[in-house]
Amino acid sequence: MSLVRNPFKTATLTIIWGWLIVLVLAPTLLVVLVSLMPENTGQLLGGELSLSTLWQGFLTNYGQMISPVYLSVFGHSLWIGLITTLICLLLGYPFAWMISRASPRLQPLLLLLVIIPFWTNSLIRIYALRTLIATRGLLNDVLMNLGLIDAPLRLLYTEEAVIVGLVYMLLPFMILPLYAVFEQLSRPTLEAARDLGANGLATFRHIVLPLTMPGIIAGVLLVFLPAMGMFYVSDLLGGSRHPLIGNIIKGQFLQANNWTFGAAISVMLTLVMAFLLLAYYRSVKLFKREVTL
Amino acid sequence: MKASAALRWFSRCYLTLIFTLLYVPILVLIGISFNDSRNPFVWGGFSLRWYDKLLGNGNLMEAALNTLWLGVTAATLATLIGTLTATALYRYRFRGKPLLNGMLFTVMMMPDIVMAIAFLALFIALGIQLGYFSLLVSHATFCLPFVVITVYSRLTGINPQLLEAARDLGASEARAVWHVLVPALMPAIASGWLLSFTLSLDDVVISTFVTGPTFDVLPLRIYSMVRLGLKPEVNALATLLLGLSLCLLLISQLLLKEKK
Repeated sequence: MSLVRNPFKTATLTIIWGWLIVLVLAPTLLVVLVSLMPENTGQLLGGELSLSTLWQGFLTNYGQMISPVYLSVFGHSLWIGLITTLICLLLGYPFAWMISRASPRLQPLLLLLVIIPFWTNSLIRIYALRTLIATRGLLNDVLMNLGLIDAPLRLLYTEEAVIVGLVYMLLPFMILPLYAVFEQLSRPTLEAARDLGANGLATFRHIVLPLTMPGIIAGVLLVFLPAMGMFYVSDLLGGSRHPLIGNIIKGQFLQANNWTFGAAISVMLTLVMAFLLLAYYRSVKLFKREVTL
Repeated sequence: MKASAALRWFSRCYLTLIFTLLYVPILVLIGISFNDSRNPFVWGGFSLRWYDKLLGNGNLMEAALNTLWLGVTAATLATLIGTLTATALYRYRFRGKPLLNGMLFTVMMMPDIVMAIAFLALFIALGIQLGYFSLLVSHATFCLPFVVITVYSRLTGINPQLLEAARDLGASEARAVWHVLVPALMPAIASGWLLSFTLSLDDVVISTFVTGPTFDVLPLRIYSMVRLGLKPEVNALATLLLGLSLCLLLISQLLLKEKK
């Protein structure tokens, strides 16, 4: 087969490789290169290039990240991302389990209800949330009519609002991978654990938790990474006081014109992603090994 | 038995609660869009006046048309290349396959913001003017892996001997793919297209970076409008968009279900 000349195969592979190299590989390498530029000239690639200037650029740009000003901003943003991920996990874990245990007739409908938000415009959902929690919004109205509060609460432009917004956006991304692992979790395994004398907690710790670990890590990956970047959520719900890493990168690129530093932050974010992916693969491997034993 | 009944009751409540939280903001927004009153939370009767106002907003309508055009073209491009990619991954052995897979996976996992600046850097390095073209290429690229996954998962359910039979009967590779594979893949191809179209309509982050002054897209226009406060015609627009994506989702679900 492979000896026969196959023009279709050649053409197909050329298109695919061409597209991915030009639009994925090259831009990624370009960003790494920009992050190593020694001085920010306001242009993409300004100044001369040599190993020593690149090293100097590395020290300047990546060093800038550990200055106290930026460290506190990064810390704050990481904190928001972590809390968001934790809340999504705590809400999504039982939720996914319950869907996987619902009657087979109901399950497709429940899943569809989880997927619909994924297909609806995220900006519009954030806008809807903003409408609800505005100082003169519906939530304050309801609370005041119920007599629970006397004066409207300030809900918008707070850190909590940003976190609520991110959870609202990203919860489906936590639920879906968790549902996938719960669906594979067989009842006989759980019953075997019970028969061997494990109580509920022990079964959870030694059977359910390890077997669902790949789903947990996949969910964390799908929530934590976007949560760092969704600058419009923090813009619309947090004002400018609770920036995410996305807001900082955007600011460096589109306002401060400090490309080199923006690129360096973005490379760091990519490294965090790589680290999480590694953890995911390791957990999948462990998972498989345990099953074959 | 009692414990399991309590558990079932509890999980029913919990599911309802979470779904309510997920859907209340959207439903309220839809309600407000039909409210005649200027104060969104005082019901002033049913009216379509905001829809009327929306149609009269030339800038917004132009941005809407731009967005639809961008979505259609980007989704088509992504579907074309994505289907080819899935076919190649399924059918051929070639060097660098893991690298190809890795790149597709990276595109899917990479935070939007990182991809956005990579695209921006590329367009500036190549001297490409920001506008329709840069948006088209970026959108097609970030939709690509989703098409590949959708089509590939369907390919694995197709008997490879079908294609070999067509080849043995004298069809060229291109003919065999076009007449045997493509019809069998149609539901997945269509559903990949719909997903791409939706993703393109939804994107804010990447568009913010690669758009130019000559081509105004809807998400960015909405973004700049709502930053300044509540705009009733945005509610109307949002309702229309929600309806559109709901239709697309349902079509896609039906397509994928049909031949299972």
